[in-house]
Amino acid sequence: MAGTAALAAVVALSACGAKTDAGGSSDKAAQADVSGDTVKVGLLNSLSGTMAISEVTVRDSLKLAIDEINASGGVLGKKIKPISEDGASDWPTFAEKASKLIKEDRVAATFGCWTSASRKAVKPVFEKNKSLLFYPVQYEGLEESPYIFYTGATTNQQIVPALDYLKSQGKKKIYLVGSDYVFPRTANKIIKAYAKANGMTVLGEDYAPLGSTEFSTIANKVKAAKADAVFNTLNGDSNVAFFKEYKSAGLTAKSMPVVSVSIAEEEVKSIGSQYLAGQLTAWNYYQTTPGAANTKFVKAYKAKYGQGKPTSDPMEAAYTSVYLWKAMVEKAKSFDPEKVKAASDGITFDAPEGKVTVDGASQHIRKTARIGRIGTDGLIEQVWDSGKPIKPDPFLKGYSWASGLS
Amino acid sequence: MTVIFGQTFTGISIGAVLLLIALGLSLTFGQMNVINMAHGEFIMAGAYTTYVLQKSISSAGLSLLVALPVAFLVSGALGALLEWLLIRRLYLRPLDTLLVTWGVSLMLQQLARDIFGAPNVQTRAPELLTGNITVIGGDDPLTFANSRLFILGLAIAAVVALSLTLRLTPLGRRIRAVVQNRDLAEVSGISTGRVDRTAFFIGSGLAGVAGVALTLVGPIGPTMGTNVIIDAFLVIVVGGIGQLKGSVIVAFVLGVLQSVLEYSTTVSVAKVLVLVAIVAFLQWRPQGLYTLRTRSLV
Repeated sequence: MAGTAALAAVVALSACGAKTDAGGSSDKAAQADVSGDTVKVGLLNSLSGTMAISEVTVRDSLKLAIDEINASGGVLGKKIKPISEDGASDWPTFAEKASKLIKEDRVAATFGCWTSASRKAVKPVFEKNKSLLFYPVQYEGLEESPYIFYTGATTNQQIVPALDYLKSQGKKKIYLVGSDYVFPRTANKIIKAYAKANGMTVLGEDYAPLGSTEFSTIANKVKAAKADAVFNTLNGDSNVAFFKEYKSAGLTAKSMPVVSVSIAEEEVKSIGSQYLAGQLTAWNYYQTTPGAANTKFVKAYKAKYGQGKPTSDPMEAAYTSVYLWKAMVEKAKSFDPEKVKAASDGITFDAPEGKVTVDGASQHIRKTARIGRIGTDGLIEQVWDSGKPIKPDPFLKGYSWASGLS
Repeated sequence: MTVIFGQTFTGISIGAVLLLIALGLSLTFGQMNVINMAHGEFIMAGAYTTYVLQKSISSAGLSLLVALPVAFLVSGALGALLEWLLIRRLYLRPLDTLLVTWGVSLMLQQLARDIFGAPNVQTRAPELLTGNITVIGGDDPLTFANSRLFILGLAIAAVVALSLTLRLTPLGRRIRAVVQNRDLAEVSGISTGRVDRTAFFIGSGLAGVAGVALTLVGPIGPTMGTNVIIDAFLVIVVGGIGQLKGSVIVAFVLGVLQSVLEYSTTVSVAKVLVLVAIVAFLQWRPQGLYTLRTRSLV
C-alpha cells in the first residue's frame, strides 16, 4: 500500500515538474512573502573561494539595480529587500543556500550563480519549489529549465560567433584549454563539432581542475602544438596562473592569440593587463560599449563602488536581469512565479548592452555578440559585433553540425 | 628533443616549488614530531606579506627582494608564537598537535579573509621575471621562464642555508642534539625549549619564503595554504621524516614525474597516477614512514 502511494506521489510530482505553462499551479508555488511593504529577493553568489574574484562584482551590480529601482518607487509599490548569501565556490553550498532563500526567507525571486556547476546544483531546488532563478552568466547551452531565466549568452550568442570570427581571421588550427567541469567540457564538445564542419583542426584539449595554479606543462603543450589560436574556457583565478605562464613561455597575442569567454574587465584588472594586452574576448557587453544606457550604468556603478571599478558582461546581465524581472512582475501585476513566467515573452529593456528582448519559449534573451581586444589600459575594445541581437538557440537546433550534440 | 628538455625543466621547476613548501615543514615535523597543519597558513602569510609590501613599495622588483626577508620574519614570528602559546604544551601528544594546529589554520584563514577580503588577490611580478631566456634558438626554441629559474634558485639557496645552519652553527649542533636524544641534550645543559622555538621560527620562516615564491606562480588567497599542504606532507613522508636529503630528492622526482605524466596524459590523470605511484612506493619502502626513531636532519 505504502509503496503504491509513494509511486503515485512520485508520478504526480514528476507530472507537476514537467508542466511548464502557467496552468494555475500557484497554490503549490513557493510562497513568497509579500505581505508587508517590501518584497524580498535572494542574491546567491560566491563571496569567497576561487570564484569570488568574479562573483562579488555580480552581487554589487545586482545591488545597484535594486537600489535604483527602490529609489524610483520599487516594484508594484513595494521596496525590494535583497538577502545576500555566499555560495562559497562550493556547489552543495549553493544548493543549501538556494533552499534557505526560498523556504526560510521566502524570496520572490533569486538572482545569481556563475559556474554551470553551481547552476546545475541549484536547478532542482528551484524546480522543486517552483521559484525563479535569474542566471546572469554566459554558459554552454543545452539546457532549459522552466524556473530559470538565462540573461547571459547561450552558445549561439557567444561561442559560435567567436568561432566565426576566428575563421574569418584565417585561424584554422586551434587548441582548447579549460577548467575541468561542465561548462568547458560541453563548450569544447560544441567547438569540436563546429571545427569539424568548418574545416578547422583541434590540435589538443587540456583541462585543469578549478582553482589549479600549475600551468607550465599546459603552456608547453600549447607552444609545441604551434596552433593558430587558443580557445580558453578557464574559469576563476586559474586564469591568473595560466596567463602568467603563457607569457613566461614566450607566447604572445601576436604569435598565438587566446580567445577567452570568461575573462571580463574585472578579471583583466586583477590578472594584470601586462599579461593580457592584445588577447581576445567574446562577450555581449564591454564597459566601452556605446550608448546612453551604458554611460548611465557605468557612471552609477563607479559612483557607488569607486572610480577604479570596471563594469563587465556578467555584471551587466545581472543588472539587466533585475530590471527584466521588474518589468515581468509589473506586466503580470503579481509576484507569483507562474504569472511572472507567463508574462515574460516579449519583455524588453534598454540595457547597457543595447535593447534586449525576452524569448518566452526558451526563457533566454536576444543579445548582440561582440568580440573585443584587451587594451593596455585594462579595458576591452570591440573589434567586431553581430550587428543585431541574435535569437537564443540553446540547443543549437539551427545548426546542422550540432545535430549530434546535447 | 626540445619538448623533453622543456618538460624536464618544467618538472624541476614544479619540484622547486614543492621543495620550498616542504622544507620548513621538514624541520618542524622532523625536529619536533609536530604535525603542523598551520604550515600552509604560514605560506599564505608570506604571500600576503608580499602583497602588502607591494602596495607600499611601487617597484615590483624591490618589493619582491624586501619581501623575502620580511616574509621570513613575519611567518617565523607567527610560528614561534604558535609554538610558545600552544605547541610546547603538547610535545608528547602528536595527534593533539594535529588537531590544535588544524584549528589554528582555520582561524588564520578566517583572519586573512577578514583582513584582506575573501576574493583572491595578485601581485605584479617584476618585469625581469615575466620573460624567459632562450637556451636553444632556431625553429623550435627551448626557453626557460625567468620566474621559474628564480624559484629554483631560491629553493637551492634555502636548502643550502638550512643545511649549513644545521651542520656548522652552534644552533645547528644543538638542534641535532635535541633530535637525537632530547633528555641527554637537556642534561648536557641545552635549553631544549629554546631550541624548539628557534627551530620552529626557522621552519615557519621558510614557509614564508615559499609564500613569496608562490606569488610568482598564481593568485594569493585565504585557502592557498590548504592547496599546498598535502603536497608538502607527501614530499616529507615519502622522503623520510626529518630527512632533508630525502625531501630534496623526492620533491624533484615528484615534480618531473608530474610534468611527464601531465604531458603524456592530462592534468587530472597525472595527479591520480602520481598518487598511485606514491602509494606503491610506500608499500615497497615504508621506511619513509617509520624513521621516527632514527630521525636526523643532515
